[in-house]
Amino acid sequence: MSLPIAPKPAHRRFHQARWDEPVIFELSTPGERGVLVTSIEPGVRDAVGDVVAALPDGLARQAAPALPEMGQMRVLKHYLRLSQENLGADFNVDVGQGTCTMKYAPKVNERLIATPKLSAMHPLQDPADAQGALEIIWRTERMLAEISGMDEVSLHTQGGSAAIWANIAMIRAYHEANGDGEQRREVITTIFSHPSNAAAAKAAGYDVITLHPDADGYPDLAALKRALSPRTAAIMVTNPEDTGIYNPAIREWVDAAHAVGALASYDQANANGILGITRARDAGFDVCHFNVHKTFGTPHGSGGPGTGANAVSAALAPFLPGPRVVREGDRYEVREAGPQSIGAIGPFHGVVPNIVRAYAWMMALGAEGLRAVAETAVLNNNYLMKRILEIPGASAPYATGRRRIEQVRYSWQELFEETGITSEEIGIRASDFGMHYWTSHHPYVVPQPFTLEPTESYSKAELDEYADVLAEIAREARETPEVVRTAPHHQTVHHTHHDDLDDPERWAVTWRAYRRKYPQAVGA
Amino acid sequence: MIGLIVNPVAGIGGPAGLAGSDGTDVQRRAGERGARPRAAERAATALAVVASARPDERIVTAAGPMGADAVRAAGLEPIVVWHPRTPTSPSDTTAAARALADVGVELLLFAGGDGTARDVAAGLPPTAVALGIPAGVKMYSPVFAIGPSAAGALAAAWLDERGLPTVEREVLDVDEAQLRRARVEPRLYATVRVPYRAGRTQARKAATPADERAAVRLAARGAVARMRPGVRYLLGPGGTMADVARELGVEATPLGVDVVLDGRVLVAGASEQELLDEIGRGPAQAVVSIIGGQGFLLGRGNQQLSARVVEALGDDPLLVVAPEQKLIDLEGRPLLVDTGDASVDARLAGFVRVVTGPSTISIYPVHAPENEGAADHAA
Repeated sequence: MSLPIAPKPAHRRFHQARWDEPVIFELSTPGERGVLVTSIEPGVRDAVGDVVAALPDGLARQAAPALPEMGQMRVLKHYLRLSQENLGADFNVDVGQGTCTMKYAPKVNERLIATPKLSAMHPLQDPADAQGALEIIWRTERMLAEISGMDEVSLHTQGGSAAIWANIAMIRAYHEANGDGEQRREVITTIFSHPSNAAAAKAAGYDVITLHPDADGYPDLAALKRALSPRTAAIMVTNPEDTGIYNPAIREWVDAAHAVGALASYDQANANGILGITRARDAGFDVCHFNVHKTFGTPHGSGGPGTGANAVSAALAPFLPGPRVVREGDRYEVREAGPQSIGAIGPFHGVVPNIVRAYAWMMALGAEGLRAVAETAVLNNNYLMKRILEIPGASAPYATGRRRIEQVRYSWQELFEETGITSEEIGIRASDFGMHYWTSHHPYVVPQPFTLEPTESYSKAELDEYADVLAEIAREARETPEVVRTAPHHQTVHHTHHDDLDDPERWAVTWRAYRRKYPQAVGA
Repeated sequence: MIGLIVNPVAGIGGPAGLAGSDGTDVQRRAGERGARPRAAERAATALAVVASARPDERIVTAAGPMGADAVRAAGLEPIVVWHPRTPTSPSDTTAAARALADVGVELLLFAGGDGTARDVAAGLPPTAVALGIPAGVKMYSPVFAIGPSAAGALAAAWLDERGLPTVEREVLDVDEAQLRRARVEPRLYATVRVPYRAGRTQARKAATPADERAAVRLAARGAVARMRPGVRYLLGPGGTMADVARELGVEATPLGVDVVLDGRVLVAGASEQELLDEIGRGPAQAVVSIIGGQGFLLGRGNQQLSARVVEALGDDPLLVVAPEQKLIDLEGRPLLVDTGDASVDARLAGFVRVVTGPSTISIYPVHAPENEGAADHAA
């Protein structure tokens, strides 16, 4: 007799746990405690002396911190309960994070960084005692140089906007060193490039020129040529863009920039689909960056600190941020940033645990594995695109009908026009099915956008499940729109009033500010 | 409190192939061809969205086919504050808008087309907020929601959130008699405030300000930063230009062209000849924005800036200023110029630099279509 097998449900019946859990400070019970910290052994005390007395007066607290007083069990339960009141990074299909490249970060790598050899390291430790960690940093830089084709790499920045800032800071330093600083006052970017490129250039004091796509939705080479002049310091472009579109004329773009003496900076935040297939150097770029914390299998910025890799040509190498790890014979040394360097952007050597995770990820895959990652990411994306575009009301504006690289910026505009249901409402409803909702579509150039990036991590079954959920919500938008409009229904926190978060008069980012602004809410 | 005005005959000429519904003659002929007005039905579709969120909401409106019927069709309760004559005329729309504003309606929905928008705007105080439910044949004015359900969703959000941000938008209309001869000459008649719902995800981590009004102010500030002493600036009409004038500390003529020199208005509401006279007295440049939704730079709403004026302005005739979102909203369509002189238009075609803020510029394509081509782009 075979066991009965229940039919697979059409959609997951996800429901978040709800605990009505107070703030940890409200759980405090005077006198309750977790552990007794052991007293200092006499030998240690004699050797070290009174460390508190050694602190400057201004740094010493006048009174003990008002930490909550709780037993260990209660602390554990408190945080386990809180962890059940959200979607959970390891539970949901988070391809809807789009543009933020969520991928599987192998758990085994967490064991590598948990070793005290790494976790107990001090950043100012004598390099003689940290040869292994320094070697990993050095070797990771060399691997990223190989992947990008560039000459030198610094892992010093923390990725994202910090890495983009390093790109423009190096470009500015380069032009100033060449006596061109006064003349080159403009930076050219595209409307589909990450807004951090425009923002960093502006913060660096440049005028920003933004190009819009051509009639086919591709980056417009004619517009670029119109914008370039001896005033141009650099072009700063993202490729592929978050629309998933790859600029097929990228070499001509770089050549056109070089023809007027400008540099070319490559935002490779979307490198997931090009590893082992194209290289920044082969397109002629002078500088590029990777978001190590996305592309190379380490936790995403919001789930942990980011890590950037800035890769440059030999001409820009003197300007790289530092300190840098250098190899002297068979030893590794830490060298302070040189006289032309833009200096420190992050602390110390960057985020070493992330570098170790990325190193382990690359070593496990090898060169062929990295290319397989890219090919799988592209295949997954184009499979998902076919499934999504079969949903009535969904579309993929710009370069319509063309294939994309590793993500697509879709639009619910047609469904919105028909039902009045917005993309955000659909995204939030997706969380009722245990799926991650979308949050980021910048720059905001596609109406009612949603950006999906499946990476190499997801199976066909998971992609099908995700597409099925979206098809179901599109059906609901037509038949029971109120269900979508008032979502989420299966979460601990229901429909929220976001405008408060955009209004400095009303938001409260700290407990103290909350009590000050809303005394009646806390009974103060 | 939400109000509703339905233009009972809006859109009747469209299915009948009459390119508009203005005038009793056209309406009669449309009826003879079996056309049915669709405005009431579309208003009811919009209100059904409100009703599903707030079944007890009461809607302030005009009697019968001008609103109350549609409110009831959506399952809501009308409060009638205006009784039109039979048959209704454009002056009923204007009077109803005034009556609804007088009783304190905070958001006025109107179902119709450009003509209805003109009539509504004529009856509203400048502070009023209105939103079009698209139901007309001609809808050149960017005051309409993208569809009836979308209009209803905005109205529901307005009630839920006790108001929404608003932006100033142009009310345009074309002469239908000319349209029927395949000529599109929209004119700017008024501006009204419409509710605006930024995607709530849009407000975070954005390079551009979340608030469209702030974006317009920044663009205006960028334009003013580029202005030079001793140059006569010909400020075109529209909401963005009003912000430029505010940044300059002068009073603008909302629908006209003003000549400004070193922070002083030389001529307010200038004619083409007055503009030519001023250009003759020293270096000058026209400051223009983009008509939202259709992308005209010249030839719509600012006909004073004629081919002769553009030619007299010389090599760098235009300082174009607009928030980036106006370009994005064109969804890839080019900007358009139509001065009536093919050689001047051809010279303006290519790419134009659009000032989008202090130290930010966008480069955007400009086309010079024939009038028929212009109609295609605007439609």
